[in-house]
Amino acid sequence: MSLPSHIEQIEAFRAAQRLAYDCATAVAADLRPGMTERDAAKRMKAWAEDHGVRDWFHEPFAWFGDRTAFRGLIAVKALRGFNPAFLPGLRRLEEGMPFILDCAPVVGEAVADIGYAGALGFNPVVEQLLDDLMDHRALIVERISAGETMAGVSRAVDALCRRQGVEPRHKAYPFNVLAHRVELLPGKPGGFSVAQFGLRAIRALRSQVAEGKRAGWSPLWNSAETSDHPPVPGLWAVEPHLGFRDVGAKFEELLVIEEDGSAHWLDDDLPHVRRWATRAKPDQQQKAA
Amino acid sequence: MALENTAAFRVDSGEVTLAGQVSGPEGAPAVVLIHGYPDDSTVWDGVVADLARDHRVITYDVRGAGLSSAPSSGRGYQLGRLMSDLASVIDAQVPSGKVHLVGHDWGSIQGWQALVDGRTRARIASYTSISGPSLDLAFSAMRERLKEDRLAALPPMLGQLLKSWYIVAFHLPMLAPGLWRAGVARLWPSILKRTDGIAVERRAGQLRDGVNGINLYRANFRERIFGAKTPTVDHPVQLLVPTEDPFVSPAVFDNLSDHVHNLTREDLRSGHWLPLSDPALVAGRVRRFVAHVESGEDCAALAQGRRRAARHRRGAGPFAGRLALVTGAGSGIGRATALALAEKGADIIATDINLEAAERTATLARLIGVEATARRLDVADAAAMEAFAAWTDESLGTVDIVVNNAGIGLAGDFLDTTTADWHRVLDVNLWGVIHGARLFGQRMVDRKVPGHIVNVASAAAYMPARGLSAYAATKAAVLTMTTCLRAELAGQGIGVSTICPGVIDTGITDRTTFVGATPEEQARKRSSASRLYARRALTADAVAADIVKSIEGNRPLAMVGIEAVAGHLLGRLSPALMRRLAAADVMPK
Repeated sequence: MSLPSHIEQIEAFRAAQRLAYDCATAVAADLRPGMTERDAAKRMKAWAEDHGVRDWFHEPFAWFGDRTAFRGLIAVKALRGFNPAFLPGLRRLEEGMPFILDCAPVVGEAVADIGYAGALGFNPVVEQLLDDLMDHRALIVERISAGETMAGVSRAVDALCRRQGVEPRHKAYPFNVLAHRVELLPGKPGGFSVAQFGLRAIRALRSQVAEGKRAGWSPLWNSAETSDHPPVPGLWAVEPHLGFRDVGAKFEELLVIEEDGSAHWLDDDLPHVRRWATRAKPDQQQKAA
Repeated sequence: MALENTAAFRVDSGEVTLAGQVSGPEGAPAVVLIHGYPDDSTVWDGVVADLARDHRVITYDVRGAGLSSAPSSGRGYQLGRLMSDLASVIDAQVPSGKVHLVGHDWGSIQGWQALVDGRTRARIASYTSISGPSLDLAFSAMRERLKEDRLAALPPMLGQLLKSWYIVAFHLPMLAPGLWRAGVARLWPSILKRTDGIAVERRAGQLRDGVNGINLYRANFRERIFGAKTPTVDHPVQLLVPTEDPFVSPAVFDNLSDHVHNLTREDLRSGHWLPLSDPALVAGRVRRFVAHVESGEDCAALAQGRRRAARHRRGAGPFAGRLALVTGAGSGIGRATALALAEKGADIIATDINLEAAERTATLARLIGVEATARRLDVADAAAMEAFAAWTDESLGTVDIVVNNAGIGLAGDFLDTTTADWHRVLDVNLWGVIHGARLFGQRMVDRKVPGHIVNVASAAAYMPARGLSAYAATKAAVLTMTTCLRAELAGQGIGVSTICPGVIDTGITDRTTFVGATPEEQARKRSSASRLYARRALTADAVAADIVKSIEGNRPLAMVGIEAVAGHLLGRLSPALMRRLAAADVMPK
């Protein structure tokens, strides 16, 4: 297990993550009514390739409308949650519809895996969920730094969802993960992918699972007993995904867990964090008044 | 009628002479009451007796009815002529200023017309309509609907038309007049007794009123079906909608606020003859509305009525415009129920001992698209419950649906349960339900609300088990009390349901008190119980769905979960086996 301890390695991951978010926000800004999920995914892929991406941890996903809530077919758990309904489909975007863009480019050896949620125009439920996600963002760092087990943190996320009255829809992801391990990908860009997942990434993930099994921890971070271990230093792509009725929203970004057990987000200059900063101000003013 | 200050009058209007009465102090706000078919102005006697204390009240017999003379032909009953009559009465009795209009049945159809007719429009300050639609608005809405939904509009419209069978029958030659002559007139008091449960005396003029009035239908329906205009009404209008009216479907008042800009609406549990069955209520509503229009002062009930009017739209959900109170709405079944009701269109009052949690539920309900309010409320606190009920009156209006859901868990052996434990669980689980049902049930009865009370008990109510003596006792009490209450309120048209959920993953186990346990044991037992409940994986949403169904279908009892149903069955098939199962120690260790 190799923690990217050098500043350069951390910088490489941060740059990859920024590139991925730039990709998602650029495509999101160009979304128009009538576009399909496949259009959006294709645009993300093209944008990233134009910006030098040659390999993918997983190729871009896009979900529109009630598919953002991961209910119904998309949540079928057979095959451990890998199911074709996940893949970008022909759902067309409409005014006010929620969307989620999710992509994981590999830049050099550094992997980014990001999720960007929003709505075409204004959707009050999306706004609420984006607000709620910020509580989860704070909670995760706080609980990990406090030394709680990783399953314990995941259960705390579940409990917060319960208090918020939203569903933890990341339970519909493969292996019900709240987060998964991210490491430098050794080797050269492969170009092959299976169900959108890059071959290099699948190989790496398999070796991580094996390594974790030997060391008594799991690279697939969820609420189950397999994650009942202290925080494992390194990088984790954390992706809380909240759903309310037919609307879902998520973020996904890299969390750094240091050797001393403290945790922080790799980058605080991300769209959903900036949104929160501009939103939080009027609230604070209200409280001050 | 022996009212002081009452004077009879006669007014000539075209070929007829109208007979009427005026009562009440001169100078007081003037109110004109128009009766319907097959009545005469005496249908208002009870209302006049009350309203004339502080209003100048004018009633008259519509042409062809009561003491007024009849036109020579059927065409004489066209709405235009009726408007001339109304204008003549107003001009004669209230030479200057405006009048407040009240109409029932055909009088209400006339009232709507008076709001757009050039002869009367400017003389009317406000209008209270009971059981009679605007023909123009009703027919243009039907046309609109046919245009929008095409064939899909037919089944629901057919239902409405079936309710109006008598209108078709009135157009057939001979039939209706023949029936009146054959004995309907004589039987009229017993017909009203049967349909509306009201006692009226036989009137000598009943036959004449019944036969002449048929012309109201014949002279007006045909031309309006095809030539309906879509008028816009700016007068303040108060709509009183009897929900058990066999002659007028409440659906004809849907979407009315599109065309009537200042509309307030109240649905009342009543048959067609509200002025006869509850004259005090009619007088009270007219008095309140007149005061509102004259002085501009508003009240929660009228504001609620405006919200209701705006919400009553076609396809807006069965609970649109209704106000639902859910206690313990900060989590679990309470929150899920509040949101399920919101999805059916109800506005929500979410209460919880934890205000923050209640506020969150209200936020989520608003995201669904209804209005929602959150309050901190300890249902065990009688004084707080009284104050809360008074607060709803003052700020929100009348509660239509009450879900007494708040409850706490308590587990442990009987001998370990202290009197303090007993008091707390009884106070919340039983007294909380009693307070909620009593306070809001009383209001529903007083205000003729076609309301519903849901009390959340538990499968533990009929599945005794060791370690649950206190909790199960409170729930058994709720179940039995609710069944009794249902029997009592059935006659008042108020629905009452008990809900008995089985093992539902609601979070109640995270807060259950395990008596006789140390804090560590307590925590362990809670988490062990929570794991069991999570494995059962029956969600609060399932209970909420059953609560919605219980309200819609006025079901007496809903058991949620196979264990709740099986337990109920077992208790009836073999009480002895049930007792043996009760002895099994299944409490978390």
